[in-house]
Amino acid sequence: MMEGAPNGTSDKDRLTFDWYLDKVVQGLVFLGGISAIVLIVGIFVFITREGLSFAATQLDIIEFFSSPRWRPTSEYRPTYNILAMIAGTASVTGLAMVVAIPFSLGAAIYIAEFATGKTREALKVMVELLAAIPSVVWGFIGLSIMNPLIIELFDVPVGLNILNAGIILGLMAAPIMTSIAEDALKAVPDSYREAAEAMGATRLQVVLKAVLPAAKNGLLGAVLLGVGRGFGETMAVLMATGHSINMPDSIFDSVRALTATIAAELGETAVGSEHYQALFTIGIFLFVITFIINLLADLVVRGVRKG
Amino acid sequence: MNTMNKKARTAFLVALGLAIGAGSAEARTLIQNKGSDTLVNVAQAWAEAYRNVNSDVAVAITGGGSGTGIAALINGTVDLANSSRAMKKKEIDLAKKKGKTPVQHVVGYDALAVFVHQNNPVQNLSIEQLAEIYGEDGKTEKWTDIGIEVPGCKGQEIVLVSRQNNSGTYAYFRKAILGKARDYKLGTRDMHGSKDVIDLVEKTPCAIGYSGLAYATSHIKMACISQKIGDGCVSPSVVTAEDRSYPIARPLFMYTNGEPKGEVKKYLDWILGDQGQCIISRKGYAPVRAVKCD
Repeated sequence: MMEGAPNGTSDKDRLTFDWYLDKVVQGLVFLGGISAIVLIVGIFVFITREGLSFAATQLDIIEFFSSPRWRPTSEYRPTYNILAMIAGTASVTGLAMVVAIPFSLGAAIYIAEFATGKTREALKVMVELLAAIPSVVWGFIGLSIMNPLIIELFDVPVGLNILNAGIILGLMAAPIMTSIAEDALKAVPDSYREAAEAMGATRLQVVLKAVLPAAKNGLLGAVLLGVGRGFGETMAVLMATGHSINMPDSIFDSVRALTATIAAELGETAVGSEHYQALFTIGIFLFVITFIINLLADLVVRGVRKG
Repeated sequence: MNTMNKKARTAFLVALGLAIGAGSAEARTLIQNKGSDTLVNVAQAWAEAYRNVNSDVAVAITGGGSGTGIAALINGTVDLANSSRAMKKKEIDLAKKKGKTPVQHVVGYDALAVFVHQNNPVQNLSIEQLAEIYGEDGKTEKWTDIGIEVPGCKGQEIVLVSRQNNSGTYAYFRKAILGKARDYKLGTRDMHGSKDVIDLVEKTPCAIGYSGLAYATSHIKMACISQKIGDGCVSPSVVTAEDRSYPIARPLFMYTNGEPKGEVKKYLDWILGDQGQCIISRKGYAPVRAVKCD
């Protein structure tokens, strides 16, 4: 663009042109910068407009959160209550964290503290590759590989359950958690390690006693972002949970996730119907939850919560 | 980089050529047809056969469930909505509010089969038994509760397989088995298509499921259905659906917005004619009237 300015013009003109160019680019960058905010606000306004009037006028909020009965198409008495789905999402996400935390922390510690040279680069690439696998592929693995495996191993009637979805979701969340945890570990200044080593600490002691405590906030942030990922994941849990409205009492129970319910039903309801608005109410709830989790993660990473 | 560009350009030119070619071969009428999963295979077969009848008309078929089709009709995005249940009063009201007048056409009948694993020794089930198995507060939780021992089913717990709640099959089965004032038990596995129901029941000794007869395979067992325990039972088949002796057979519908006109009317008339009705009976459903097919 700079070469695009005509050669014959005076320095003063060129300055003005550059000045304008500068302003235009500045404006564009500003638009790009605030677009995230505009989008977030826009999405929030959209889902609230579709769901809030229903939530405020027709919905018994206490029953909404305390009854498992989700029967939007009942001819007898349609009910829109989401306790079973909250239990489903929470149990699957909980199990996913049990699976993902040891995996991702282990991987992050190894990559950041122990691995060197080519091993380290290869591992980082692999972790990023793992994060790029589409969720429908994970769902397919849950459906066609994990399902028969769980039936065989645990002798249960159906393998589409919390265990299946939890393992799948844990493996999905692990790469992202690994990346963030690794960043947190790398952010710990080398002087900490050098000081610990100078005191005669072994590698393990350096990691456990010096690096991990210093990176605590970042690691907690990684876990929280993993939780957010778990709450928001849709396709894989739709395929692996068994999609059953059920208050679980063991990890072999089929459940249904909030996100999966929206995915399975929204395209098939008449715009503006009660069912449609109830699904948007779930959307508001999910939005608020993920917002809180992300905010919490952000605050923790920034170390606002000193402990 | 250069070859990529060339390839892209060639692709673009080919696409352009196709578009012009299609455009010049007279304006083809496109009929949008969406809805019932039960009907989707038949709808596809009709659309394919109709190409030979009138090549100027193309019919685009999408599945997704009866609720999907009806919602699309209400939202004004389809010409024909397939449904395996009648439209609800609520849906008709909503359609009218949006300036649509849904008109119902019966295009065939379907026997809803109750499926169990092939090792399941059960022979016949009554509507009453099914209501206790599927209905809310129903007392039948285990196969042993109805005097059956299923080999390979641990704990004899009945695994209920159902459909997603916008499915016409889901709604019809509920009405036929549980009546208007009862809902399904919570904890059914809600599958997203008839084929998924069959797949799961095929692999699960404890399971029971339902779907259109046309989806049956040889690896799965169908129960003989009676009204009450001890009554004579009827097995699902095209014949028993046609003469209405099978207790859970249902009409299959197509809905139009207003009385059908033009190409849509011609297409619908053809579906209800001998050719269309022979296609539906070949797909495992019962035709609306007796037809002679070769």
